[in-house]
Amino acid sequence: MKKIINDPSTVVEESLRGLAAAHGDILKVRTEPAVIYRADAPVTGKVAVISGGGSGHEPLHGGFVGLGMLDAAAPGPVFTSPTPDQVQAAVEHVDGGAGVLLIVKNYTGDVLNFETAAEFASADGVDVRTVVIDDDVAVKDSLYTAGRRGVGGTALLEKIVGGAAEGGYNLDECEALARRVIASVRSMGVALTACTVPHVGEPSFVLEDDEIEIGIGIHGEPGRRRVPHQPADQLVRTLLDPVLEDLPFASGDRVLLFTNSMGGTPLVELYLAHGIAERLLAERGITVERRLVGPYVTSLEMQGMSLTVLKVDDEMLRWWDAPVRTAALRWGA
Amino acid sequence: MTCDATGVIAAIRSAAAVVDEHRDELVDLDREIGDADHGENLKRGFTAVLSKLDNAGDTPGAVLKVVASTLISTVGGAAGPLYGTAFLRAAAKLGTTGTLTPESVVDALDAALEGVVARGKAEAGDKTMVDALTPAVAAARAASGSVADVLKAAADAADQGAQDTVPLVARKGRASYLGERSAGHMDPGARSTALLLRAFADAAQGATP
Repeated sequence: MKKIINDPSTVVEESLRGLAAAHGDILKVRTEPAVIYRADAPVTGKVAVISGGGSGHEPLHGGFVGLGMLDAAAPGPVFTSPTPDQVQAAVEHVDGGAGVLLIVKNYTGDVLNFETAAEFASADGVDVRTVVIDDDVAVKDSLYTAGRRGVGGTALLEKIVGGAAEGGYNLDECEALARRVIASVRSMGVALTACTVPHVGEPSFVLEDDEIEIGIGIHGEPGRRRVPHQPADQLVRTLLDPVLEDLPFASGDRVLLFTNSMGGTPLVELYLAHGIAERLLAERGITVERRLVGPYVTSLEMQGMSLTVLKVDDEMLRWWDAPVRTAALRWGA
Repeated sequence: MTCDATGVIAAIRSAAAVVDEHRDELVDLDREIGDADHGENLKRGFTAVLSKLDNAGDTPGAVLKVVASTLISTVGGAAGPLYGTAFLRAAAKLGTTGTLTPESVVDALDAALEGVVARGKAEAGDKTMVDALTPAVAAARAASGSVADVLKAAADAADQGAQDTVPLVARKGRASYLGERSAGHMDPGARSTALLLRAFADAAQGATP
């Protein structure tokens, strides 16, 4: 394992120190328990939007803390959900009296830990609502699985709902908007290589040179099937088709297209793939209204990508376009 | 070991040692069908527990409550809330009683199982820690004799239960994403449950009554 680290057990803590040093005008970091929160928190009278999850997906979630997006993020160890006391500490730091919306990715650990924290915060008299995002079409949503995973769509959800909260939406309105975004967004990912979790020291799975893994999540877990490597035209279609069929998206729909790197895929390849996705959507009569291209929901150094398509309306576009000032996304502010 | 708070603290210490010793094994099991963090998470949790045991309380229930809250705040993943809930429910069942009896141990194990099922919503056969804990509770209830005998029966049944998760297809937790590909691997949560019960049983050998 070759990584720029000192000790696997201090990776997150040391990385948070660097994040705070780099973006002290936007965010603050506290430790024990670890929370990343807006430098100007709490914002009185504003709904506080909090998310969190395992580390290793940066910039998700800490890089999205700031004006117009998240009020706080609770960073767990690499690929491990944060603990309830972290989420409780986040609530205490950013609750501005207008209620708290927790955005949780649908993984058993995340849901259980946020659920526990929400119980404690409610007992303290805070109005806490929880939304669970599950946009990954690779997982069958059935009684026989833990349900679909939350992946790329999470970044879009945090931007749109964070914008609305900044713009004055109350807790009911934020929650309703969040549920609509969750119902309208779908994603699918592929890995060309596995990633190595620092405290494990070896790759999570092994792919031969000519193999790719379709339907991966963002925790180095294997996907649904392993297939021979394929040209980009075919690969983008392999990802996009199940996404479009699932909602389903239809001719005439307006969408936000998010082409995401899993961490190790360079932008030159990502833009190449994005161009193909735009063409395929145009062929289907789907209008791409907004785009996001880059490494935003990553899986350490994994090579690979995911495609996320969100069916948008004017309300979602308004809050997508609203000012944001975070470590990873900045416009209009 | 005695069957009071001191004995329980000793049993928790041996459990922490067992978790430390089997950390790599649990990580490897989890890498096959999950995300390779189970051994690391439990080790972090039980290391934190060790630092709190000295003044953990003077009843078995009080000690287990400290274990529960420490695991909830340090383990993360699904295992944190699930093991935390298990120890919390066991502690609540024991109440303020100063000495464990075979009957109270069985009731505490049963309460732990109920808590895990309520929190995680898994059933027997879903390839989770419930598959180790369910037969353990049944065996403990059927056993007769001392606290050590009851715990040994539970540990033996949990070992078998963990073994029996190998052919199962996971229906809960991260392994469920793999569908049929999850078959052929032991569930890491069932394995850690079996390890913990074995540690308790071994610690209880020679205990009274």
